[in-house]
Amino acid sequence: MGILAGKKVVIIGDRDGIPGQAIEACAKSAGAEVVFSSTECFV
Amino acid sequence: MKSVIKGAGYILVHTPDMVLRNGTTQTTERIVNPDSEYLKELPSHLRSFEQALSYWPNQVYIGNKTPDELSAVEQPWHDKVCDVNARNGKFGQIMPQEEFLLLMQSCDVFDLVKLDKDFVAAHKAALAANPLMDETIMARINDGVDGAEIARLVSEEHSEGLYDHDKLVGCVNRAHDIDVNLSAHVMHENLVSKASSVLALLSAVKNAGIDKNEVEYVIDCAEEACGDMNQRGGGNFAKSAAEIAGLMSATGSDCRGFCAAPAHAMIEAAALVASGAYQTVVVTAGGCTAKLGMNGKDHVKKGLPILEDMIGGFAVVVTRNDGVNPEINLDLLGRHCVGTGSAPQAVISSLVTAPLDRAGLKITDIDKYSPEMQNPDITKPAGAGDVPLANYKMIAALAVKRGEIEKADLMKFPVEHGLTGWAPTQGHIPSGVPYIGFAREDLLAGKLNRVMIVGKGSLFLGRMTNLFDGVSFVIQKNSGEETAAGGVSEEQVKSLIAKAMKEFAATLLAQTD
Repeated sequence: MGILAGKKVVIIGDRDGIPGQAIEACAKSAGAEVVFSSTECFV
Repeated sequence: MKSVIKGAGYILVHTPDMVLRNGTTQTTERIVNPDSEYLKELPSHLRSFEQALSYWPNQVYIGNKTPDELSAVEQPWHDKVCDVNARNGKFGQIMPQEEFLLLMQSCDVFDLVKLDKDFVAAHKAALAANPLMDETIMARINDGVDGAEIARLVSEEHSEGLYDHDKLVGCVNRAHDIDVNLSAHVMHENLVSKASSVLALLSAVKNAGIDKNEVEYVIDCAEEACGDMNQRGGGNFAKSAAEIAGLMSATGSDCRGFCAAPAHAMIEAAALVASGAYQTVVVTAGGCTAKLGMNGKDHVKKGLPILEDMIGGFAVVVTRNDGVNPEINLDLLGRHCVGTGSAPQAVISSLVTAPLDRAGLKITDIDKYSPEMQNPDITKPAGAGDVPLANYKMIAALAVKRGEIEKADLMKFPVEHGLTGWAPTQGHIPSGVPYIGFAREDLLAGKLNRVMIVGKGSLFLGRMTNLFDGVSFVIQKNSGEETAAGGVSEEQVKSLIAKAMKEFAATLLAQTD
């Protein structure tokens, strides 16, 4: 397992970068507990 | 029948006082941290109208400079003075705040906008001198009221103040005592959107060289909502703006989809014309007060001017194929579907490569891509990066993956097939459409064959879905006049007549012999 295993994770994704859902999928697969995930638009 | 792009209009309005009073970054800060250093510092970072005129990206937006010329200017641009500082350009104009407040009053049909009579007297002549303003629009401007009455309305009646150089010069009244959908704040926001859409419509109709009465349908694709407590987003901005712009033969409707709406609206306009439902459709959008100064905290922190001080607007005239103007190819539409997913690769594949694959085209067969055209001078200091460049890198990466370009040429792709962003961060305004004016010119001149416009929208901001959205379409060089299905083209008619005349001449000659 990676460095995220067993960790609680807060995710802020970027509409024009990596969206929250994609980071969430990666974090979960690395064993993290996602406590908040959102995608924001900065433009 | 194909549809073509007959002309486009692009306008900006310099609204420094609305940055202070109406931008949500500032209104939020005033609530949560009213004594903040940011609010104290902010006024000294506002630009003058002259500074806004000589800002490179603004001159590109109205067509006095090209995207290529802008890309040759070293970034940052906020500390450079453009050698052109004209108020009017071939696509439209940059309007000062004073004239715009009068235009807002002209666009108000419910007697909600009140202007100080001295302010009206001081600036009415300037608006009347604007070649786009006709007698009908000017006749709607009243003489104004006493300044004391405006101060009373703001302090006692919940009216939204209109300021110029930090002085109260008018207000927008609420349109209902209880209904928050008709509050002074909402009415102000909507009247700004409507007035800037009117200015864009007038510019586009003039640039297309058509009569106002030729316009049969208008589609508004801004991001505001108008309605009351029983139908909060009832609409209709399109017809409201068409009325003031004098498009007497038009009806219309609103198309919404966050920043993707302009691309959706363009496809709808093209389809309406191609189907024969309407002959001339105009897609329009005014700007957004809420986004003024959106990244202001970062700009002030870094000692930059407030660059988000411009309300944007655009309009595009779509008509039946005239055999000359660039066509919208409805066979090459990209769309992000419900099942597409949100990974960047999936998004770009659905918008770019999926439609190209259906037509057997390569990524490099599109001469120029216009995705999100946000000005990097605004976004980079705020940590949002260069948005157009990020899009180009993703498209280029897909091209490498598909073996259509060499990996070593990855960074050449943005230069050859991309553009440097110049549009203000007004949400829907930078979304693909700022390039249509330039694209039309270059396709007409034969410099380009195909361009792709990509619109993307953050649907999740409405909290109805977690989905993202986007659509794309291709504009291409005109392939000639056409006739109804099953008919014959002008070329074929000429050929048939020539053949018949030759045969007739041959018969005559044979008889003479």
